[in-house]
Order: sequence, then structure tokens, then C-alpha cells
Amino acid sequence: MLIYLRKRIASSALPLVVVIVGVFALARMTGNPAGLYLPLNATQQMRDDFTARNGLDQPLLVQMADYFGGVLRLDFGQSLRTGQDAAAMALRAFPATLQLAATTMVLAVLLALVVGCWAALKPNGVADRISSFVSMAAASIPDFWLAIVGIWVFAITLGWLPTSGVSGAGAWVLPIATLLLRPFGVLVQIVRGSMVSALSEPYIKLARSRGAGELRVVTHHALRNAAAPALTVAGDLTVGLVNGAVVVETIFGWPGIGKLMIDSILQRDFAVLQAAVLLTAVAIFALNILIDMGYALLDARVRPVTARA
Amino acid sequence: MKTAAQTVLTGQSRARDVVLSVRDLAVDIRTHRGTVRAVNGVGFEARAGETLALLGESGCGKSMTAKALAGIMDPVCDLAGGEIVLNGTDLAALTPKERLKFAGPELGIVFQDALTALNPVYPVGTQLGEAFRIHRGLSAKEAKAEAIELMKRVGIPEPESRVNSYPHQFSGGMRQRILIAMAVALNPRLLIADEPTTALDVTVQAQIMQLLRKLREEGQMAVVLITHDLAVVAEEADTVAVMYAGNVVESGPVSEVFNDPRHPYTKGLLESVPVHVERGAHLKSIAGSPPELHDIPSGCVYQSRCPLAQDICRAERPRLLPVNGSVAVVKSGAENDADNGLGADADLGGGDPAGNYAGTRPPRPGRVAACHFSKESNNV
Repeated sequence: MLIYLRKRIASSALPLVVVIVGVFALARMTGNPAGLYLPLNATQQMRDDFTARNGLDQPLLVQMADYFGGVLRLDFGQSLRTGQDAAAMALRAFPATLQLAATTMVLAVLLALVVGCWAALKPNGVADRISSFVSMAAASIPDFWLAIVGIWVFAITLGWLPTSGVSGAGAWVLPIATLLLRPFGVLVQIVRGSMVSALSEPYIKLARSRGAGELRVVTHHALRNAAAPALTVAGDLTVGLVNGAVVVETIFGWPGIGKLMIDSILQRDFAVLQAAVLLTAVAIFALNILIDMGYALLDARVRPVTARA
Repeated sequence: MKTAAQTVLTGQSRARDVVLSVRDLAVDIRTHRGTVRAVNGVGFEARAGETLALLGESGCGKSMTAKALAGIMDPVCDLAGGEIVLNGTDLAALTPKERLKFAGPELGIVFQDALTALNPVYPVGTQLGEAFRIHRGLSAKEAKAEAIELMKRVGIPEPESRVNSYPHQFSGGMRQRILIAMAVALNPRLLIADEPTTALDVTVQAQIMQLLRKLREEGQMAVVLITHDLAVVAEEADTVAVMYAGNVVESGPVSEVFNDPRHPYTKGLLESVPVHVERGAHLKSIAGSPPELHDIPSGCVYQSRCPLAQDICRAERPRLLPVNGSVAVVKSGAENDADNGLGADADLGGGDPAGNYAGTRPPRPGRVAACHFSKESNNV
């Protein structure tokens, strides 16, 4: 397992470099931050000083080499805006996103498992049709629209929930509900599909012939077989969730990594943006490795270790 | 419940009790083109310590019958009638939940493809022990010990370490052994073996059949063996029921049915076995194919392929009748049991050459065929 992990981590290095290069180049295409940080009547001398002080007068390749040198020493640069360490800012914002994404995903998976299994018990039955309609709708509604309607109905008209911020449990409801709907809808369809096919396998019939009741057949025999596709998609959706957080965090004023990225782009705070993107990318790679390990836990046939039981 | 006691009492003295008695079993399949009857009024008996073969080509309803017996039909299938009396209890009259009590302790089933019949994500020991956990309430550890015992019983080497292996880590033959072990875990009275050797190579086939025979003797189980292999029937079975298009067309002791077939279909099947065929010579086969289930003719189900077919075969479906006017035991074999035991022993080995036999003495009770011309069918 350790060898496998080392391999996976090593193979993640190159994509990470590509991500940094991409973000580095794209960020600098937005223009020179000097225009944003200096007064409108700043002289050309002041602009040149600012540019030189932040190393932005160097050729792009030199800047990039400097940056990579810094990354290898775990120095991710300082924020132009606050002068703080960029990595520290990203790390400070990350838990808020992680909490939001994790809570949403756990809820989405649990709900989708229940609804998906319920639908799969009787294909084309009433439950299946209802869940099919609901999940389709849930997967199709755009999150920004849902967020705005949610704020309008529950925060402004009814006044039950705060419009934004992180104060109290109520503040979690709208962001989670907004983020939850799409993964829930997609996962219900996946769980339903893989449960229907698992339930028609001969080993399910054989389990019944040993006296296994419906509950045991579903939860013990079929679900674990149906879990692998759901796990893959849940992983993908979690990645999407981190990205979707950019929109939802901005709308709800949630102080997470998504909001930090948007703010950094608007303020051409390159070091912070790069640190935030890099951190997100690392998190996504880690997530993928976790998913692969999850497969191996679920199904002995994909275990990378060659040792035979 | 009286029958359970009865079984215990008589089990030792006369080991040929009727364990399973199937009467008028009917199974419908719901399809897009309407409901079709896949199993139509099938009846047979299986006795303790004996093997009954259900013989027929693909799609004749034999596997469907097996699944109906085990209560594991596909969701699109319905039990449309009949009785499945196992040790005095009519399983067909029970709710699915009530049947679960019988699944395992009273009846076990073995499938053709052991790889798909085993759950790929659990070690075999977990699956072997499951019946003990469900029906006897054993702990995981106790169930594992039972699983190891079972693996020993069916001849799997190194059971102590192999108990933790997964199905894909076993060979085909070993997987089939595991499947059989699972079916006999709780010493059921009835074992249904649905083409247990079809997916295996010939040498392994023989080993598996030998294992089934051994377990049958040890547990005095009744075995219902579903197969399309005439050689397997001839070697393994005591009685045979030949199925065609969802109907039993002929049944009786194997030696008699095979030596003196009374249904043209049975005869056609037997003649398509190549014996002493010259290289280059044509092999015999039955012309045509079985009728579509959507399109079963009124009258005899075999009429379109039958060399004897007359007007009456198109007008009227022949019933399963005792051959040569003997007493049928389709309903209850109680009064004929004495004869039966003797007859079976006497007939098993040799068997008269076809033709002589029919006229010289009445066939033993239990021989039935569904053909208007069962007397003539032998001389086609």
C-alpha cells in the first residue's frame, strides 16, 4: 500500500506543476496590479518602483523560476493587499470551504443512498418515478439561480434565515441546500442504476436462497457492489463542489477559499491566488487518492497489493 | 408439522420418502408482448437419497422451474398456480417472508455459473457462514468455524487460510465446490442443482458430480438436477422428467425412459446422441426449433417437429398419462412405494433393449408420457 501511495503522489507532481504554470500565466494576463494599488495620480516613477519591488519587471520565465524556487522552500510569497503570507491566508480560508463541502457531501451521499435504494427496489414503480423526477430536477437547477431564489424567499420575504455570513447554524442552511441539490440529484441516479443492476445479479438470488431477507440483501449484498460507481461520481462531484463554492461562497459571503480566489483575482493579488489554487489542487489530488483507497476497501479485486489472502 | 415427525420416523427404515412433490406448477412471465406461460402444469416427485433429473433444451422452462421451487424468480415472473410440497408444507402457499425460513435449512440451490453466483466483494468464508448467522444466530467467529468445516466437507484444500480468500481467487471447480457447500450448509432435505457442471471442463465435471453424489448419500437429500446433458442424466439420475416448451412430456425411471422412450421428443433427443458415427457422416438432430412462448400452438406442444403428428395432435393437447395403463404416481406414491424400491434396483443396471420391453411386462408405476401415440412412438 505504501509503495502504491508513493507512486500516486509522485505521479501527481507533474499535473500540479502544470496547474501552477497555468494559473501563473493566466493571472499575469489580467494586467499589472500597480494600477490597482497606487493612487490614480501616481507618477510613472512610482509605478516602476512598485513593479520592480514586486519583481513584476522581470521576464515571465524568470518570475516563474523564482516562484518555483520559493515553492520548493515552502515560501509562497506575500499578499499585495495585506502583506501577509499568501499560504497562511489560503490555509486560513480553507477550513470554511472544507466544512461546507464535507457537510454537503455527507448529506448528499446519505440522502442519495436512501432515495436511490428506495427507487431501485421496484424499477418503474411509483417511488422510482417520483425519485427520478425529483433527482432530475435537482441535478438540473443552476446553483447561482437557486442561491438567489433561496435568499429572496427564505431570507428576505420570510426572514427565517440570514442572507449571508457565518453567524449561527441558520447561516449554514442556504449555502448547504444550494450546494447539495446537484450532487444529490446526480448521485440518486447513479445509486439507483447501480443498485438495479446489482440486485439482478445471481449472487443476490443466491443470498435469498440462503434465507437473507430484503433488508440484508439490499444493505449487505447489493449496496457494497453498487457503491463503487457512486464513489467515483461522488469524488467527481466533490471536486465540482470545491469549484462551485466559488460562486456560492461569493453569493453568501462565506469566508472560504472560493471567496478568497475571487477576491484575489479582482485585486490581482497573484501570490494569494496561486496559493489558493495550489492548495485546492493538492486537496483534489488527495481526494482522488482517498477515492482509490476507498475502492480497494470496497472490493478486493482492485486492491493494488499482490499479497494473496 | 406431522410430516416432519413422520420423516424422522420413517427416514431410517425406508430411505426413499417423497421429499418434494410438485403438482401443476405454472409460472407466467410478463413481457412487453403480453404474459406468457413459461412453465405449464409441471409435476414431479423427488425422493430422499435419489436424484431427479429435469431434462430439456434451453428455454424449455427447466431453470424457471428450479427458481420457482427455490422462491427466487425474477421480478417479472409470477407463480400462476400449483403446489410445491416440501416435507408436507406447500411452499407455493407461503408469503415470501415465510419462505425465507425454509431457504437454507430445508432447501438449497446450486447455480451454473459459480463466479457470478458468489458475491465478489466478500470473502467466501463470510458467504459460507451467512446461513449459520441468519438461521442459527451464530456469531461471526462461530460462523467462520462452520465455514471452514464446510470447506473441508467439499474438499477444498487449506480451508483455514482459504476461508478469507475472495471468489476471484479460486478456480472454477473450487468455486463450484464452494457454491455446493453453501447450498448444503444447513443439511437441507432438498438440493436443487441448476446445471451445476455446464460451465466446467470435463474432468472437473466428473469430480463435481461425484461430490454431489457423496453429499446426497451423506445427507439423504433429494436432488433435483437440472441439465441438458443426456449422459449426466443416464449416470446420475434415478428418475427423469423430460421438459419441452414448459411442459413435462415424459417422466419415469431413467433406465426405462432411456431404453423405451414413449414420447417422440424424448426419442429424438436420445437419437441425437452420436454413437459409433463415421467420420463425415451427418449427425442426427431434431429438425426445427421449439415454439416461441408467445406462440404455443393449441394441441400438442411438439406437433411442429413431430414425425408422428396427426390431426388429433393439432386439435387436442395430450395429457400426461400412465404408459401402458399402469397406475400413475403423479399424485401420491404412498401405496406404490414397495414396488418402486424393487423396480428401481432391478432396472438400474441393464435395461432391456428398446422394443422388446414394452410388450413383455407392464412398465413400473410412475411412467407417464404426454403423447397421443405413446404406444407407437417407440417404433418411429
